[in-house]
Amino acid sequence: MRQGAEFLMTSTILEMRDITKTFPGVKALSNVNLSVEEGEIHAIVGENGAGKSTLMKVLSGVYPSGTYEGDIVFRGQECHFKGIHDSEHIGIVIIHQELALVPMLSIAENIFLGNEHATYGVIDWNANEKRTKALLDKVGLKEDPKTLITNIGVGKQQLVEIAKALSKEVKLLILDEPTASLSEKDSQALLDLLLEFKRQGMTSILISHKLNEVNRVADKVTVIRDGRTIETLPRKDISEDRIITSMVGRSLDDRYPPREPQIGDVVFEVKDWSVYHPIHAERQVIKNISLNVRKGEVVGIAGLMGAGRTEFAMSLFGRTYGRHITGEVLLEGKPIDLSSVSKAVENRIAYVTEDRKTYGLNLIDHIKHNVTLANLGGVSSRGVIDDMREMSVANDYRKKTNIRASSVYQLTGNLSGGNQQKVVLSKWLFADPEVLILDEPTRGIDVGAKYEIYTIIARLAAEGKAIIVISSEMPELLGITDRIYVMNEGRIVGEMAASDASQEKIMRAIVRGEGKKAS
Amino acid sequence: MSTDSAPAPQSGTAEDVKHGPRIAVSALTTNLREYGLIIALIVIMLFFQYTTSGTLFKPVNLSNLVQQNSFIIVMALGMLLVIVAGYIDLSVGSVAGFIGALAAMMMVIWPLGIFSNPLVVSIVCLIVGALIGAAQGYWIAYHRIPSFIVTLAGMLIFRGICQALLGGGSSVGPLPDSFKALSSGFIPDVIGPLTLIPPTVNAAGKTIVGSGLTLHMTTIVLGLVAVLAYAYFGLRARRKRERHGYEAEPFPLFVIKTLVGSALALFLVFQFASYKGLPVVLMVMGVLISLFVFVTKRMTIGRRIYAMGGNAKAAQLSGINTERLTLLVFINMGVLSALGGLIIAARLGQAVPAAGLGSELDVIAAVFIGGASAMGGVGQVIGAVVGGFIMGVMNNGMSIMGVNVDWQQVVKGLVLLGAVIFDVYNKNKA
Repeated sequence: MRQGAEFLMTSTILEMRDITKTFPGVKALSNVNLSVEEGEIHAIVGENGAGKSTLMKVLSGVYPSGTYEGDIVFRGQECHFKGIHDSEHIGIVIIHQELALVPMLSIAENIFLGNEHATYGVIDWNANEKRTKALLDKVGLKEDPKTLITNIGVGKQQLVEIAKALSKEVKLLILDEPTASLSEKDSQALLDLLLEFKRQGMTSILISHKLNEVNRVADKVTVIRDGRTIETLPRKDISEDRIITSMVGRSLDDRYPPREPQIGDVVFEVKDWSVYHPIHAERQVIKNISLNVRKGEVVGIAGLMGAGRTEFAMSLFGRTYGRHITGEVLLEGKPIDLSSVSKAVENRIAYVTEDRKTYGLNLIDHIKHNVTLANLGGVSSRGVIDDMREMSVANDYRKKTNIRASSVYQLTGNLSGGNQQKVVLSKWLFADPEVLILDEPTRGIDVGAKYEIYTIIARLAAEGKAIIVISSEMPELLGITDRIYVMNEGRIVGEMAASDASQEKIMRAIVRGEGKKAS
Repeated sequence: MSTDSAPAPQSGTAEDVKHGPRIAVSALTTNLREYGLIIALIVIMLFFQYTTSGTLFKPVNLSNLVQQNSFIIVMALGMLLVIVAGYIDLSVGSVAGFIGALAAMMMVIWPLGIFSNPLVVSIVCLIVGALIGAAQGYWIAYHRIPSFIVTLAGMLIFRGICQALLGGGSSVGPLPDSFKALSSGFIPDVIGPLTLIPPTVNAAGKTIVGSGLTLHMTTIVLGLVAVLAYAYFGLRARRKRERHGYEAEPFPLFVIKTLVGSALALFLVFQFASYKGLPVVLMVMGVLISLFVFVTKRMTIGRRIYAMGGNAKAAQLSGINTERLTLLVFINMGVLSALGGLIIAARLGQAVPAAGLGSELDVIAAVFIGGASAMGGVGQVIGAVVGGFIMGVMNNGMSIMGVNVDWQQVVKGLVLLGAVIFDVYNKNKA
């Protein structure tokens, strides 16, 4: 035993044992084990929400020691990080998906932010720039250290982040979806850089769901699913098929209410929909999407984060996203005008946001006022609200959607995620739409509340509404929809009946779609 | 993640809050802020009544108090909506000054013939106020320029125009008496005075204190009607709630609230009646306060303003035209600033370059003392009005006591800070 332990200490740089992290109501990680060897590139893959980011936050001290169970051993020493500062101090540096650079500061200023070469608070700019230059050389970035971050592209910004990590004497570099927003060329360059670091003996953890990239650089792959480690595959066993099966292989028991779809004619149709980025006008976010939904049908849109699904939905709904929007929307065969939210609501389209706290609710107001907000006309006459009618509407929807609250006067900010979601749903149900677009309707809510949301969706479909569900949880789409569109990089890359679909098929459509992009 | 496959019912904090004394407690705590504020006002008034040896509640002083502070309260009504909507308006004092100058020029200097009639001038001035509000609101609503900056610019611009109009440092007046009646007038006694105690003149030719009590009967009648209407509508709303099966606040609490409110109102009415009756400006204020309470509590546009201030993105995604709503809020503010300017000019009887100078800060302070949130989405009309009166009573009381103006500012600042700390503390405790 003792000898074994010695052996582990020499070759294993990081050991995470039985990590369990619980949030109120949700077990995000349960008994996760991860062991990373010195000098390797270790990939962690898993679906959105599988727990990858939570695990990395535990590792980097974002969730301080004591808020989780389990041990972290780094270079033979047990670690109890109280914050990011502690983990960075011993050489664990994480580069997040959303870059943490200050746009209006220069490259040099960003790299040494909080860590400046200074005497009594006076910064020695020459020393800073000299060191920046050396670091930029290491990552192969040819830019003046004085260049502002805002003036360089995302790919180069990523390199600046890495240079910043190097400035901290990094021993273990963690990259969270580093290529998510990079072009093909920049991605390749970044992966090459990772391999170069490996030759120099650095250890890295790569979190990604781009399996071709994982295939290319990883020495080992750990698959995480539902907050558990499923397996760790050595280099020789890495294959896309194997990883996909491992990523999605969970049983679909009776987590979804039974329903018998009664599908009618096409109600809602989108033709050739294209949208450009609101700031970077040359970037096309949505590329010629066409789709349709039938009466009583639940249609899913599958895809990974960043596929453009929310952007698509919001550009449809009152043009609340993007610009240079082109395309046509038909409701029961007739073109409709969706150029503002109120027109969309008038045309009986509803969009239930993926981010209920930011876009869905007035958290400082109570349930009653939130429920009626999208259809105040329904509880008022000549601009005067009928308090009693509003009260009965609110109580009615509280019962219908089973909102658990002491009364309709409870502030929505004090409700649980599931009940908040039901309030948002109630708001849109009271607006009486024909077409409902539900964006991640069960994100961040517990299993029981999820079932209730599914039941509501099934009931609405039975009433003959046309429903679009956007979800990153593939089992959910398979469980509740009739037909699934697969979206990737702003395009529809697949369409399948839910009965034919499987998680593997969807994953394949996404992965293949990604491969196609290079053309 | 739990492994339950069936819908696991969440543990319910739900159905356990019901009936009995708990409602009384919850009704009290939810309205604690409003009651607390009114109680604070009463305590402050009693304090100054004591320290000024009874001067504060003297009929003539009450009239003064109303006339001195009415413009703050009128503008606070508009400011409340601005702040609830999530903005700020720093220009109101300057706009009021400018409108006062404009009114004076139109009535006294410029040869406008029929258009220098005070009523016509007032209407034109209110329209100009609306245009100013629209001009500022346009940049805030449609170009997303921060309201702080736009109205800071407005503050400089309109103060400058005000001074330029008046030709440097001079004042313009006197204004016609019919215009001055807006601030210093009293409602006519259509019923006729009632002499309760005839004046007794002593040997020195002075009226003996306590004698000579003549009541302005129109004021008394109006006061009684208002109190009865208050009680009647309160009862009717209760009935309606009960008929629909919703619990109302407990009856004893309702009775106490109505009785105390009525008694206070009647006391004030009696004081006014024993002087010259209700000031015109108090009537104007009363009508506006009722209107704004109705708009904020009962109308869809009011609801939308609260929703926008609470979460602008969610409001927009619920089909609310937040740009137009913002514009309307600033137009409303412009009109009320103009009215405030007219009231100031009418009270002074002339337009002066410094009219309304710094009053934006009193107005904003009134709204925040009244419990509005600087983040938007929270605030009540009644709160802002009571906040305005708290500021006014402190001004008035400290002036009578002879407190130096410098120290008055210190005290007002401390009260503002204290009120907001009280709010934040309460919120965190909840």
